[in-house]
This record gives sequence, structure tokens and C-alpha cells, in this order.
Amino acid sequence: MTAKVSVTLTVNGETHQGAVEPRLSLVDFLRQDLELTGSHIGCEMGACGACLVLVDDRPVHACLMFAVQAEGSTVETVEGLTERGALADLQAAFRDRNALQCGFCTPGMLASAYAILARGGVPSRDQIRDALSGNYCRCTGYEAIVDAIEATARTRAAAHAQALRPQARLPDEARP
Amino acid sequence: MKARAFSYVRPRTVAEALSAFAGTDGDASYIAGGQSLVPALALRLQAPDRLIDIAHIEALRGVSLTGDRLRIGALTRHAELLTDPLILRHAPLLSEAAPYIAHPAIRNRGTIGGSVALADPASELPAMMLATSAEIEISGPDGVRLVPADDYFQDLYQTALEPGELLTAILVPPVGPDERWAFDELARRRGDYALVGAGVQATLVDGTIARLRIAFLSVGATPVRVHQAEAALTGAPLDATSIARAQAALDADLDPTDDAQVPAVTRRHLARVLLGRLLGRLARPA
Ligand SMILES: Cc1cc2nc3c(=O)[nH]c(=O)nc-3n(C[C@H](O)[C@H](O)[C@H](O)COP(=O)(O)OP(=O)(O)OC[C@H]3O[C@@H](n4cnc5c(N)ncnc54)[C@H](O)[C@@H]3O)c2cc1C
Ligand code: FES
Ligand code: FES
Repeated sequence: MTAKVSVTLTVNGETHQGAVEPRLSLVDFLRQDLELTGSHIGCEMGACGACLVLVDDRPVHACLMFAVQAEGSTVETVEGLTERGALADLQAAFRDRNALQCGFCTPGMLASAYAILARGGVPSRDQIRDALSGNYCRCTGYEAIVDAIEATARTRAAAHAQALRPQARLPDEARP
Repeated sequence: MKARAFSYVRPRTVAEALSAFAGTDGDASYIAGGQSLVPALALRLQAPDRLIDIAHIEALRGVSLTGDRLRIGALTRHAELLTDPLILRHAPLLSEAAPYIAHPAIRNRGTIGGSVALADPASELPAMMLATSAEIEISGPDGVRLVPADDYFQDLYQTALEPGELLTAILVPPVGPDERWAFDELARRRGDYALVGAGVQATLVDGTIARLRIAFLSVGATPVRVHQAEAALTGAPLDATSIARAQAALDADLDPTDDAQVPAVTRRHLARVLLGRLLGRLARPA
């Protein structure tokens, strides 16, 4: 047993400070120490994408990082994204389109989707598939997942365009 | 599988990192992005006593134009190669190769220093060091030295880096106005390591190739510059005849071995096809 190492990181908005064994992976830390079991463990080799979380707002494999490497970082898991409603529309689209069956891959899919949606605009289906290239799904055949992400991007882009449209003319007396 | 237990340190400077290594009997590993090292530790292909996490060393970050070189800090992530304005402008071949490295999430963590230090012959960036005439900046107990990429790659995973030395930056000559470049690879699936890949960087003056460098990945124990093919093109117009000559010359340059993925003859064939595509792309006006 080696000496524990202190680490300070923020997970889903809450700062955690403690000492962990250096060989503890970030995904094990999240699941065992913080009881955030939304991030899944499949291959532990960076191949399946079930463990993806956001580290400093970018999708990262939590199995390919030791918790001690997250020193000073901000981590967000599917629980955090759900709580702050960052993906409510995408999650609804997943439901509407049956974009999940067993749901094992879903947290990782959502993390990848978060990043591509954050770029704004409507990505092509090819671009969506590219963004999901590191996520394995054994159940859905991807079509429904790509549909859900595309639909969400369209809805968001439409809402964005609406917000940018010049305001309807205000009556003169309402002008500043 | 889980990694064997190790001790862990988090140096803030290059000097601290070097002395953290010197304080062991060599059974230590630097860790940058960890995207190759962590799986190797999990599989217990490696089991060092100490990990030295270089990710917090400020001096290894950043991209800058210094004199006649673009300096790319070792900790520059693969994802940054796609977006950094200085790299896009001055070392565009690296930006063109970056989307072929693994998957988006791995590109968010993996670093240029880690990739070039590891020197996997199937990796994109080591070969692109050859194609771009890069120099590798190495810091060790005796100071800093620069090693041209041509001398850096020595054998399978064997580089000019001595145990305990740190790769601190990559220096690339910025592309000139007459320079053109192209990268491509043939893989079974998006994000998989390439069966064959290559990058070309060429200076064209009035349609004639003044200089060019072509480097292949996944064709041998190291990334490979194809000198005969380069010679077949240098001084010639970039046309169907010179391209065919270069493709034929490739046979002398490459000596792939049969492996579990594809037989050597297939690899040679794929390399010729790929070179034809890349040169064809350069020949078309930008
Ligand atoms: C599923 C998967 C697919 C992948 N596909 C590809 C691919 O298609 N193409 C590709 O190129 N790569 C691929 N990779 C590897 C990935 O790109 C790594 O990012 C890269 O090879 C290593 O960079 P790193 O910063 O993560 O290095 P680390 O894993 O941290 O380190 C790798 C090695 O380099 C040493 N090292 C790191 N930095 C330095 C330094 N500055 N000085 C001295 N030594 C150093 C370490 O000690 C270690 O031995 C893949 C990885 C995975 C998990
Ligand atoms: S568990 Fe991390 S990629 Fe499979
Ligand atoms: S829904 Fe079952 S693995 Fe994707």
C-alpha cells in the first residue's frame, strides 16, 4: 500500500478535498467514494466510452485518468448534467426516439452529445457519428441516438435564431 | 484490471520533475495525458514504482512563434491542434492529421509530447514530425538539447530520449507561402489505428517541386521518411508521370513485415494508393 495523496476537485458543483490512493481511477472514485454510479464501467481501456464524464467541460474517459490527476479540475457527471437541466431537451429526445434500450452506454453518449451540441448549429449526421466514434452501444444500432442528437440540435438552433430575430417594433411610448 | 500500486508526485517545474525521476532507481514513469500509459498500467504491461505527473508544469504549456520556429509545448493536447490559431496557420499538417488520432475524448487528454515520447509507429504525430522537419526539444540533467526528427526515431518505441529525460516542446519551421500539405490514412474504422497513413509537405515553385518531405506511419518499427520517393519528385513538375515514378520508388523505401492485420504485399499496395491520393491532392490548385 502506498501513501495516499491529497486531491481537491469539484464534482457536480461541490468541492471535494481528501486523500486517495494514487492508483484509484477517476471512475472508481466517482462511483465508490462519491456514490455517483451514473458513470459506467465497461472496458476500462478507453474503448467503450461508458465512463465518459466532463472534465473542465470536455468529455474525457474517467477510466483513463487517476483521481489524483483531476487535481484542481471541475468534473461533471451525468447526475450533475441532469440536475442542472443541461441536457433535459436531449434526454427527452432520447426518450421520444427510443434512443436507449438497456441504457448502459447512455451516460457516455450524453457526455459526447453534450460536447457536439455545445458547438452550436446543426451538425451533419456524419459529424454526429464522428463525435460518437468512441462510444459503443450494443443495443440501439445508433440510428435512434443520432436522430435524437440531430433533433435536439435543430430545436436548439431554431430557438437560438428566434432569440436573435430583431424585436418586433415597440410602440413609441414604450421606447426608452 | 487495475494498476499496481505506485507512489505519485506532482512537480510544478521541469527541474522538480527531473529530480523526482533522479530520486528513483529508474523505476518511474512520467505521465502526461495518460491515454497510453493508463491502459498500459491497467494491463500491467508496465508497473513503475512512481508516477511523475507532469501535467501541472506551466513551462510545458502553450504555443508561440519564437524566431523562425513555432514552439508547441509538450502538454499541447491533440484537440488543441485542431483549434489553435498559430498551429492552424504555421503547422497546418499537424491540424490536418489530428482528427485521425483516436476519438474526441482521447484527443481531449492526449498530448503531443506523450505521443512523440511514446513513438508508436502507428501513431499519426510521430510521422508528422518527420514530414514537417520538426525538432524535438529534450531537457535532462545536463540541460536542453534539440534533436531533429530525422535522428530522433531509432527503433520500435526507441527514441533519442534517455531514461529520465523530458520532452519539453516540439519546434516546427512555419510553412512558407509556396508550401502545400496533405494527410490521409487508411483504417478499418474511424478512430482505429491506421493500416497505412502518410503526410506530405511540399514547396512548389511555378508548378515544380522544389522540396518535399513524405512520411509514412504503420509501415515498420518507426515512422518512415521515404527518401527514394522524395528524390523521384524533387525538381520535377507535380504531374501524373512524377507521381507514378514516386509510387514505383516507394518499393525501395518501404519494407513492411507480414502481420496479423494485413500481409506485407497489401501494405505496400495500400501505401502506393495512399501516396497517389495525397500527391493528386497537392497537384490540384488549393
Ligand atoms: C482507445 C485508444 C485509441 C487510440 N488511438 C490512437 C490513434 O489512433 N492514434 C494515436 O496516435 N494515438 C492513439 N491513442 C493514444 C493516444 O493518442 C495518446 O494520447 C498518446 O499516444 C499518448 O499521449 P499522452 O499524453 O496520453 O501520454 P501518456 O499516456 O501520459 O504517456 C505515454 C508515454 O510517454 C511518456 N511521456 C509522456 N509525456 C512525456 C514527456 N513530455 N517527456 C517524456 N516522456 C513523456 C510517458 O512516460 C509514457 O511512457 C489511442 C489511445 C486509446 C486509449
Ligand atoms: S470503461 Fe472507460 S472507455 Fe470503457
Ligand atoms: S442502450 Fe444498451 S448499450 Fe446502448
